[in-house]
Formats: sequence, structure tokens, C-alpha cells
Amino acid sequence: MSGVLHDDYVPKTRGEKWVERRLPIISLLYGTLMIRTPRNLNWMWIWGIVLMFALIGQIATGVVLAMHYTPHVDMAFASVEHIMRDVNGGHMLRYFHANGASLMFVAVYFHIFRNLYYGSYKTPREVTYIIGILMFVLMMGIAFMGYVLPWGQMSFHGTSVITGLFGAIPFVGESIQTWLLGASAVGQPALNRFFSLHFLLPFVLLGLTMVHVWAFHTTGNNNPTGVEVRRSSVEEAKADTVPFWPYFILKDFYALAIVLAVFFAIVGFMPNYLGHPDNYVPANPLATPSHIVPEWYFLPFYAILRAFTGDVWVVMFADWISFGIIDAKFFGVLAMFGAIIVMALAPWLDTSLVRSGRYRPMFKWWYWLLAVDFIVLMWVGAQPAEGIYPYIALIGATYWFAYFLVILPLLGVIEKPVAPPVSIAADFAAHYDPQTGGTKQFAGSPAE
Amino acid sequence: MSHTEAPQGTRRDFIYYATAGAGAVVTGAAVWPLVNQMNPTADVQALASIRVDVAGVQPGTQITVLWQGKPVFIRARTEEEIAAAREVPLDQLVDAQANNANLGAEAPATDENRTLAAFEGSEVPEGTWLVQMGVCTHLGCVPLGDSGDFGGWFCPCHGSHYDTAGRIRRGPAPRNLPIPVASFVDAATIQLG
Repeated sequence: MSGVLHDDYVPKTRGEKWVERRLPIISLLYGTLMIRTPRNLNWMWIWGIVLMFALIGQIATGVVLAMHYTPHVDMAFASVEHIMRDVNGGHMLRYFHANGASLMFVAVYFHIFRNLYYGSYKTPREVTYIIGILMFVLMMGIAFMGYVLPWGQMSFHGTSVITGLFGAIPFVGESIQTWLLGASAVGQPALNRFFSLHFLLPFVLLGLTMVHVWAFHTTGNNNPTGVEVRRSSVEEAKADTVPFWPYFILKDFYALAIVLAVFFAIVGFMPNYLGHPDNYVPANPLATPSHIVPEWYFLPFYAILRAFTGDVWVVMFADWISFGIIDAKFFGVLAMFGAIIVMALAPWLDTSLVRSGRYRPMFKWWYWLLAVDFIVLMWVGAQPAEGIYPYIALIGATYWFAYFLVILPLLGVIEKPVAPPVSIAADFAAHYDPQTGGTKQFAGSPAE
Repeated sequence: MSHTEAPQGTRRDFIYYATAGAGAVVTGAAVWPLVNQMNPTADVQALASIRVDVAGVQPGTQITVLWQGKPVFIRARTEEEIAAAREVPLDQLVDAQANNANLGAEAPATDENRTLAAFEGSEVPEGTWLVQMGVCTHLGCVPLGDSGDFGGWFCPCHGSHYDTAGRIRRGPAPRNLPIPVASFVDAATIQLG
């Protein structure tokens, strides 16, 4: 990994020298683990490790679940019950896998919102950010296809609704929907191919994880001050950083242990809390559950999808200007995907030269409003589309777009930021005792 | 490449373009089968048309059959239902088009344009048979029969009300329930598709 200063690996034993001359894998691992990392990373920098752990856990449990699962419309539901009742420890494996998806989304949303606050997406980390957004979209696809596999009522009718989104595309939508499903409706071809892709795509996600890590190891981590690590001399670089091993790995593992304690409490004591009872009813194409709701992690985007109904003036305007090609249904689909696209464009929409939100007095307010907006959208996405709820969803969706398209570009012009510290070391020295580096000490010397 | 080597450069350029072009064609030819295999298979397409026995469907009742993976409602309507549907003025309809695959796209949503003509010589009253997809035009849920404020169908998902001719009257759904290609092949058998 180039770019950031680290101690070079020097092979010492004959065995190491033999390997290193043929394949420099030890130095690659050494460079990755020993990478100099900004010393001031706070607890919001732990979610990457949580995500990596959860992804590997999902792949491990998923591969063994696939040994007992049958992707056939007549047998899928029964084979999942077979896993729950007959397979040794199968219920635990399945609950781990089902709730593991939720763990990944909890972690990815914290990860993304940490990024948005500390401006990690800004130059030179745009590529890391774009790869991250791609991984997020891929994750949503994988989670959706995985939810189809138990072939319960929610699986079946949720698939109808979601693939119906593609059907809303003008002219070619119906052909695309038929192509995706392999038939004019959800059935055996869809189940079979979703199983295939649900098995494949996590490995693609793993590959993208490597590229993501490679990219930010090239630029170096961002940090809470948003000030770059100094690189003019080794001494300065060392003053701003500590090696990833052992300092941050141990910190990350400590955080992971706490997150996993909560996770296993949910897996063990309330494994179905985040699911829907309707999905324990076998799929029946002739009857729809009375209230179709996606899993919690899709709700903010589902709310945006439903927010733009035919009586909103922007929708009517789009309908009129496009000669009826963009109707309300298609507008909703565009809005849902657009919500992710505007987020992906943040590096170019944010005009502020100050990276970290810590030094941006106006930005802070708008940022926290966005975080609240996200929670509100998640809540309103689960409510029925009647009464006051569509208005709340519309306000929430409008703010989401306004934040990225209007507020971020304007703030860079009108906001007067506070001066950031000159370096990470200077920021550190201003907050912690330079002798101890912040570690709490007993009043007296312990040796006395 | 400089201008002084133009003749050689042109030839080399041609080879580059030819190779890139051939590569693009070969890649496309290799990818297309991988894409096309996802389209409906021969056995799925073979099920595109089915025949349904409707001898047991009495006036005021309906059956639901699965056709191309979707529910189809086949209802024998009572005379009251027919009369209720026929007295609705067209300007009260949300969707003024019949949405009937057996007719043109512009056919108005009159009750006559929504119903299926009975087999020749059949004794049932005109307008008895209503054959329509049981898929709500909002988000694809399956509506419930004999319910709703207009005596027809009611979608429990988001509250769309359809009348006794399957026309949307209130709620978020934008279109009348679609009518599939259908016809009587004998007095008691309907062919779908």
C-alpha cells in the first residue's frame, strides 16, 4: 500500500526471505497492518471493521445454509422450516444470517453518516466514497434477494412490488420486468435466479471491500479534524499517527465485542423482532398480506418512493413537460434511485473547503437535521399511505434532496468556518496531556 | 504517432481499430446468450394460454384462477350488478379507458367494453361475464371480491375501491383492473390468452 508512510518490512529468517523473493505477500500484509493511522480517530471509525466482520459472518453462515436450502417454489418454504427444526443448530444459523443483514445495515448507515459529518467524501477520497456507495447499492440488492428465498407471503408480494418498480420505466419497463423475473409474474424462474445471485454477489462485495480498503490506504484515513496527516517529514508524520496494529485493531475489536454483545442478545432472545410475521405464511399468489412493508433498512427509500403521488405539483409538472412519459409511478422510482445518486454526488456538490463538520457552525445544524430526516423517513415508510403520513414523507423526501442539491453547494459560499487546527498533533496536544497521550493515570506513581 | 510516419501510422491505426472492433463484436456475441437466458423459457411461454371450465360459476359468484402466475377473476354478475355498472356516467370514472386487451387502447370504459360476450346461443343475460386480472393497478396486491364502497372489489393494501365492472372509483390506483385476452370456446369454457 503506497501513499502513507509506514515502516518497511525487512525479511529476517531464511523462510521469510524465500517467500518474499517469490511472492511479496508478507510485506503486503505487513504494510496493510502497520499502516500509520491518524491517532485521533474516534469511536465512529469502528463501523468498517464491524461491516467486514459481518460480511464474512454472512458468507460463512450463508454457505452452510445453502447446503440445506432448496430453491423451488414448492419446497423453499419447507426447506427453510427444515433448517429451523431438523438441521443441527440450523435455527441459530438462520437467525444469525437473517439478523446479520440488519447488523450490516445498522453499521453501514452509521458508517455513511460518519462520512457525511466529517467530510470523508471530499478530495482526495472521492473514489473510496463512490466505491462505498456502489457497495451500499449492491448490499441492498443482496439483502432484497435474500429476503425472497424463504418464499413466504412477504417474500412473494414484496418481490412483485419491487420488480414492479422496473415495470414503471416508460416503453421498455415491462420487457425489463419480464426479463428480470423470467416470466410475466413472480415464480420459479425468479426464485431460482435470485438464489444464484444471492450466493454470488456477496463475493463481489468482498472484492469491492478490498478495493475500498486499498483506496483509503492510498489516500490515508480521514480523521475527526479533517486535517491531513503531515507528510513533509517522518517525524511529523509519526507525530500525527500511530500504527494500525496494535492500536486501532485492539480498539476496533473492543468496539466489535460490544456491538456483537447487543447483536447476539437480539439473535438469541428476540430473533424475529425485526422481521414480519406474514413471512411465516407460505407464499400464496392469490392473496396479498393486508399491509406490505419492506424490511426496516429499506424504509427511508421506500418512503421517498411513495412520497411523490400524482397530486404533488412537481409530479404533475414532470408529467406535463414529458408529455405523460414520466407519470407518478415512474417519478417515484426516479426519486428513490435519485436519493442515492445525489448522495453519491456529494463530493462535487459540497463546495466547502473545510472538510470536517466540527469546524462548520452552520453545516452542523443542517447535517443533524438530515440525520433526523432519515429517521423520520424510516418511521413514515412503515406507516400506511393515508392521512397525514404522505405529507410527512413528502417533506422528508424534499429535505433529503434539498440538503444535497441546495444546502451543501450554498453553505460553502455563505458559511464562515472556524479555523481548523494546524495539525492532528496540535489538536491532540490541545486536548490531552502530552506526556500520557490521554491515558488516565493514578494520582501517585503506582510503584510507590 | 508523428505526421512523418503517417503511412505506417495509418496502417497500424487500422489494425488497432479492427482489433478493437472485432473484440467488441466477440464480447457482445459472448455476453448476449448470458443475458438472453434470463428471458422466459419455452415451458413458461407454453403456459401462456389456458382453458378454464366455468360451468359451475353461478350468478353472483366468482372464481379465481392462476394464469401466467397472476390471479384472474372470472365473475358471473347478477342483474343488479350489471344494472349498477351500466348506470354510472362515464365522467364519474377515474380512468376513462376500458383497459381491455381485446379492444383498442382508446376504447371508453363503458360496462359493455369491460364484459366478455357469452358463447353464441347462451341464455345468460348480456353482460354477465366479467373476466379481469386480479392485480391492483397501484402496487400489485390482490383485491377482495364483494366488498368496497361500490359493491365490486376492494384492495386492502392501500384502500382502492373498484366497482362491479372492475373500474377504479376511489383510492390510489390509477387504472381500471386490466382485462386479459379471453374468449368463450364453448358454452362453459373460457380460454385465457
